[in-house]
Parts: sequence; structure tokens; C-alpha cells
Amino acid sequence: MASKASEPKKEVRVPVSSDNDLVTARREGRFMAEQLGLSSSEATLVATAISELARNIVSYARNGEIHICLINNGVRRGITIVARDEGPGIADTKLAVQAGYSTSGGLGLGLPGVRRIMDEFEINSEPGRGTTITITKWTRR
Amino acid sequence: MAVPILKQSHYLIATIQSVLTDADLVHLRDALVDRVGKFRSRGVIVDVTSLDVLDSFASRTLRDIAYMIRLRGAQTVIVGIQPEVAFAMVQLGLTLEDVATALDLEEGLAYLDQQSRHGQQGV
Repeated sequence: MASKASEPKKEVRVPVSSDNDLVTARREGRFMAEQLGLSSSEATLVATAISELARNIVSYARNGEIHICLINNGVRRGITIVARDEGPGIADTKLAVQAGYSTSGGLGLGLPGVRRIMDEFEINSEPGRGTTITITKWTRR
Repeated sequence: MAVPILKQSHYLIATIQSVLTDADLVHLRDALVDRVGKFRSRGVIVDVTSLDVLDSFASRTLRDIAYMIRLRGAQTVIVGIQPEVAFAMVQLGLTLEDVATALDLEEGLAYLDQQSRHGQQGV
């Protein structure tokens, strides 16, 4: 099918280096989630998850990027968010996603909470090599 | 964008009017804690009706506001948490713990009136 001018955006990249960028990332995420056809509640979950991931970038790595894309695996459609930074990395990723774990005096709800509200969650990190977190929410049916 | 704080008799009303950065929230916290003394306010209402995301930082900061205001001798009530925001908070496991909440501004004012009546009766 030929692409039309009105065709919705399939992906957006938001550079993240300050708390202003969190607002942009949240807004883009909500917009994309609604474009995908997620309910308002689900779009809020996606926007909240993005907020947590983007804040981790600002707090721990200073600079990074939130990459949001609409995907289709042939069976289902979904929204994937990749949060990538080249910060200090996480030595123990298993520990980082455990409830109650926090190194920043936060609530320790960030990553475990994000994992709980998304359908898929993957974290790749090495000390000194940065962190990449990939989360996905699928549409129902 | 800074959050306007309105003084209404013994209360302060902060209405969050748009998307809020972390810095705005921290600024709001400090301003409220300061003004509750300046105006000798008995209660603070934080209206979050137009907030479409309340994440862990925002929840923590709202809690901090309520606790700091309590230490200054006044009451805080958070009003206007939207249904989707409430859903996301519950899913994420975020809580405001024992911070008072009310449906909207009207209910928030009623709550503060009730609290100050109790205070006067020494209950």
C-alpha cells in the first residue's frame, strides 16, 4: 500500500537530558499509544512507564534517548519503547528490577513497577557500558 | 511552568494547570511550605485534575508536601486525581499513604473545613 501523507507516525525519538524532556517523552508516548488504539487507561500506563524510564536516564546517566515505535508482529500490534543511555550501567540487573530496590533514595518502585505494567520488559546493562531497557505493550485481540 | 498558588481565607489552593516538570513540583513544594507560614494558612489544597501522569517522583513529592505542611501545623488535601491516573498508580504500586485525598476542589474545601472544626473543638 502506498504511503499517504496522513499516515500516522510509526516511530519517534526523544533525546533525554533534562526533566523537560520527560514531559516531551510522556506526551509522545501517550500520543503514539492512543494512535495504536490503546484505551486511555493503557495510554496512561505507557506514559507513566516512559516517565519512569526517562527519569532513570536523567538521574543516573544524564543523557540518553527514548525511542518509541509502533510495531506489528503479524499477529498483534503493539507499542515498544526503548530507553537507551551510555551511563554507568547497572551491575546487577536482576536486583534492579526487584521490588523495593533503589540506589537513589527513591521508592524502588521504578523498574519493578514498569515491568509489572507492561507486557514485555527486557533490560541489558553492563557497568561502564550503559543501559538499554525495552518495554512493550500489545493491543488486546 | 510555575503553579499558581491562590490564597482563599485560611487556605492555600495550588492548581496544577498543565504538564509539570520535576523542577516545577519541587518549586511548588517549597513555595507551599513557605507560604503556609507567611499567610498563617490552616490548610492546603493541591488540585491535580489536569495532571495526566502521576509517576513515582510526583507521588513522592506530593507526599513530601503533605508531610512538610503537617510539620508546619496545617493540613493538606490532594484533589482531582483522574480515573486513569488512579488506575496507573495502583498498577504501579504507587501510594500517597495517609495523605488526604478528595474528589474535587469542593470536596477538598469541605474536608479542610471539617478538619479545622475538629481542631477548634480539640478533638
